[in-house]
Order: sequence, then structure tokens, then C-alpha cells
Amino acid sequence: MLILEKRPSPSRFWQGATPVLAVALTMIAGGVMFAILGKNPFEAIRTIFWDPVFGEFAWYFRGQLLVKAGPLILIAVGLSLGFRAGIWNIGAEGQYIMGAIFGAAVGLAFYPASGWFIFPLMVLAGGFGGWLWAMIPAILRTKFRTNEILVSLLLVYVAQSILSSMALGALRNPEGGGFPGSRNLSQYPAAANPEIIAGSGMHWGVVAAFIAVIAAYVLLQRHILGFHIRLAGQAPRAARFAGVSPDRLVVLCMGISGALAGLAGLFEVSGPAGQISIDFASGYGFTAIIVAFLGRLNPLGILLAGLLMALTYVGGDNASTNLGLPSASIQAFQGMLLFFLLAVDLLSNYRIKFLLKERA
Amino acid sequence: MELFGGINPAVLIASLMVAAVPILLAAIGELVVEKAGVLNLGVEGMMIMGAICGFVAAVESGSPLVGFIGGALGAAALSLIFAFLTQVLLANQVATGLALTLFGLGLSSLIGQGYVGIKPPLTGEVPFGPLADIPVIGTILFQHDWMVYASIAVIAAVWAVLRYTRTGLIIRAVGESHDAAHALGYKVIRIRVLAIMFGGAMAGLGGAYISLVRVPQWTDGITAGAGWIALAIVVFASWKPWRVLVGAYLFGGITVLQLNLQAAGARIPVEYLSMSPYLITILVLVIMSADKSRAALNAPAALGRNFHASR
Repeated sequence: MLILEKRPSPSRFWQGATPVLAVALTMIAGGVMFAILGKNPFEAIRTIFWDPVFGEFAWYFRGQLLVKAGPLILIAVGLSLGFRAGIWNIGAEGQYIMGAIFGAAVGLAFYPASGWFIFPLMVLAGGFGGWLWAMIPAILRTKFRTNEILVSLLLVYVAQSILSSMALGALRNPEGGGFPGSRNLSQYPAAANPEIIAGSGMHWGVVAAFIAVIAAYVLLQRHILGFHIRLAGQAPRAARFAGVSPDRLVVLCMGISGALAGLAGLFEVSGPAGQISIDFASGYGFTAIIVAFLGRLNPLGILLAGLLMALTYVGGDNASTNLGLPSASIQAFQGMLLFFLLAVDLLSNYRIKFLLKERA
Repeated sequence: MELFGGINPAVLIASLMVAAVPILLAAIGELVVEKAGVLNLGVEGMMIMGAICGFVAAVESGSPLVGFIGGALGAAALSLIFAFLTQVLLANQVATGLALTLFGLGLSSLIGQGYVGIKPPLTGEVPFGPLADIPVIGTILFQHDWMVYASIAVIAAVWAVLRYTRTGLIIRAVGESHDAAHALGYKVIRIRVLAIMFGGAMAGLGGAYISLVRVPQWTDGITAGAGWIALAIVVFASWKPWRVLVGAYLFGGITVLQLNLQAAGARIPVEYLSMSPYLITILVLVIMSADKSRAALNAPAALGRNFHASR
């Protein structure tokens, strides 16, 4: 029979190997799912994972890869800090929406003026909007011990209602003929977030994501706050004795993750999305949770995980146009990836032993 | 009674009882799961799987009963993934619950592709004959479909089992101290897996009620956060079955009231009315958790902690 034996400390080898193993297992299970849907599994996997990077139209897809990866990485880096400390902000989607609304509102307030300061102001407003939205669960947790998981998640639905109210009301394009949706920010040069190098997909949000990865890496490795975050996650009691205030960590971690999610929303609304519309929210805030875990809550890992997850989006689009694969199957595929990741995580914390005879 | 812009209070109460059924069922299932010491945050995912499986089963068979059974089975099957990951592979319960929700949302919309715009078979009222014609009381009590009564019966059953039976005692023991329960010879893992499956089946019934009775049709993301509200209601109820009923009816009342206000053309914009149930749920959570003594006394002590018997 099989028994599990807890390792004294997590295996370093398996910590690195489990994400790779999880991806491999997901591809197999995904292949089975595609086969059930009546598609050739090998062709489907190739269309999703190979063609966007090395195929005929890779020049187009590679740019799209950065466009999708930017917000995912930016949000996931923020979430990973909290997850490490045992603080579960799972409402990043709402903070992302609020950041977009705040940022776009500032930009639209200046319309049609021009000035170099407009876009930086929007960036500040976007980060502030996300931070503000994350402060609600943070303050409720520190003041009233309210569960931050439920509050941050419920606030996503509130943010979605505010989004549709904004698209239909306050921020609606006055020249839009009554259609819902704001003015297109990407056609308003002072507020637009265009590609820095045409065709590369590299916009300011992607730059911000790279900066966030480096900053988080330095924070966790070299700064006392990063040490406190890791300590609070691994040994909460020891952290308290060391004088780490749990409340301060909650406010900081929620604040940072909220602000980063807000920034992601702002860069998205002023760039790839272009406008505040009813269907602006695209689930990046939820997928970023998978990215954070797939990257093992490590900034560099998140960078790779974000790119891989972006590949499933881009490849999924490719597969739905070329093979008629339902787009929902990609979402199921991403969920499966998280399952396998959590499952094989066992290997880094436990040894598996085979016993030939059952003990009496 | 011309309160709330001409809304009849008897009709309001009757319709809040219907509106509360999905979260009532999901919350009572989750209550048993949490009583056994497991925190399953995947209620939303299990509900939506129940919604689509129930819808498909009902449409294909033409029978709402088969639909509800299908919904319960579909969601229980999904909950088995959670049970396997957290109980056998000892994965983090919070993360696994989130994964369950993300996966359930994706899989349900995959299964539901060919079912958009179809009407499910009708779930009829229970025929109470003349009782249904009694003014006010008849409207409130005797004009519902059988799931409304079944959901109340489930609450009563869970309350009785947890309080008076040996099974209930074992479930609570496992949730309070899995080590002590293990030392007494109870199969902690097996009991928890069964509790998780019960929670899944109840969430599935709740989900099926949304797609078969409340809406009734299939659209992506049809549960719209009901699973998360069910989780909040368990906290609100401080893990007591009858308070789940109170919480769910309170929530159902708010939902119905805001829908009626929308229909009556109240001056408040629709978007602000539709966010009100979520805001009020948050408010209730805050009030409950601010009262430290009450929340701490009743939460199962081993909630969210995995059990690994180290020989």
C-alpha cells in the first residue's frame, strides 16, 4: 500500500518540477477533453501551444501574448504577496474594474484637452481606485475580523454593477448615439496607452508588469517587509513574537495587490480595450489567481506562468477560429491546470512510500 | 397595505420563499461540510454545475424530477474532485475551492453550449386543493412547487441529525478535533468525503432550482454569486441550521424587494438596486464577525485544517 510521509522541509527539486509536471498532466487531460468534444487532441494542443509561438502567424500572436500576459502578471504579482502571508484577496477582478473606472474617469474629465500630465494622472487614479476597493475588505478584516475572502469576492459583483452603471450613465459617450460605452480612449492621444513599439504588443501595462516582477523579487529577497510576509505565512506565531503586526500586513498586502490590479485595469481600458463598456471585465482578476499559484507565488515564476496562461488565451482564440473549439473549453482547461498543480504539490511536501505488507 | 409602491406583502413573502431556495440549499449543504471541519469555497462552481447538469437532465428526459437528481449528481461528482485533492492529496482547501469554482464555471458553459434559449419542463405547484385558496395564508404557504417544501425539510433534517443522532455527533467530533476523532477510531477522511459530497449534492440541487424554476433557462454564469452568498450565510447563521433558514429568507426578501422596486420603476437606478443584495450580505457579515464571542464560539475548531494521520 501507499503511505505519505511528511518531509521536514519542502523539496526544492519538486517545488521547481511540480508546475512543469502539472502543465504536462493538464495537456494530457485537456487532450482527452478535446477528444470528447470530437476534435483531434494533437491538433488542438498544437494549435493552442505551438502555433502562436512558432507557427505561420506567430508574428501576430507573439504581440497578443504580451497584451494578455501584462495584466495577468501585474495582478498575480500583487496577489502572491498576500497569498504568501495567508491573506486571501480573491476580488482582484473588482479592483481591476474600479481601477479602470477611476483612471478612465480622470482621462475623460480632461477630454479634449491635451497635455503630457494627463496619462500619468490617469495611472495614479487607476492605482488609487484599485487600492481603495481593496481597502474595504482590508479595513473590515482588521477592524471587525470579517472574512476578507468573502468580502473581496462579493465586491466583484458590486464593481460589475458600478461598471454597467458607468457605461450606461456617467461615463457614456455623449456623441455615441445613445449606445452604452464611454468615448474611445485609444483615439484620444493624451489619454491613450498605445504600443510602444508598433506590433510588439508592448504597452505601458506590460512595462509596469516587468517592473512589478523585479520590485516584488527585491522586496521578498532583500527587504524586511518581504521577510515579514514570508514569516507570517510560514509561522504566524513566530511572526507575532517577532513583532510583525498582522493588521499592518493585511492593509499592506491588500493595498499593494489592489493598486496593482487597479493599474492593470487602467492600462487595459486605455490600451487594448479602449473604452469603459458593459463587458469590459474579462476575468483577468480570477485567472491571475491561477497564474500566482502556477508561478509558485514567486515573482519570476509568475512571469513565466503569466506568459504560459496568456498562451492558453491566445492559442484558445486561435483554436476556436480554426478548429471551432468552444471558447469555454479554455476556461475549463485553465481550471484543470490549477487542479493538477494543487494535486502534484503533494510531492514537494510529502514523500510517497510503498509498503509491501500492511502493518498490523 | 400599500407599502413599497403597491407590492402585495403576501405575494412578496411567497416569492421570497422561492427566491431563497437556491442559497438555502447550498448553505445548508456547506454547513454540514464546515461542521465536519472542511472549508469548501467551491460552492459557486458546484452550484453552476448543478444548474447545467440539472437543466440538461430535465430537458433530455422531460421530467423536472430527473433534472433535480441530475443536478445533485453532477455537482456531487464535481465535489469529489475537491474531496480527492484536499482529503487524499492534502491540498490547500482555500486554493482548491477557488479552483473548483473556476473549473465549474468553465465546464458548465462548455456543457451548456447547445442549451441556450431552450425552455425546461415546468415544475408545477403542489396541489393543496382548497387550502391554496385561503387568502394571505394560502398565497404564502400553499402555492409553491415541491422544492420549496423540500428545502425546509432538509433544514429540519440536518438540524435533527446534527443535534440528536450519533451520526451528527461523529460529524461534529471530526470537525472539532480530527485527531481526537481519529484516536477514537472514526474514519476522519471517509466522514469528511461523505460530508463534502452531501454539500455538493445540496449545492447542485440549489443550482438546478435556479436554472429550472427561478430563471428558468440556461445562460453562462447563471448563478451570479449565489454560491458566495451561501458561504456568507453559513457565517451569518453561526453554523446553526435554523438560522440558515432565517438568513436565506432575509436574503431572498432583499432580492425580491429590489426586483419589485426595479419593476415598479423606482427612482434608484437599476444597477444600484441589483448590487444591494451583495452590499447587505457584506454588512451582515461585518455585524456577525464584529461580535467576537458569538462567531468564535460556534465555528468548528478544525475548520479548514487538513488531516494527515502520522501513524
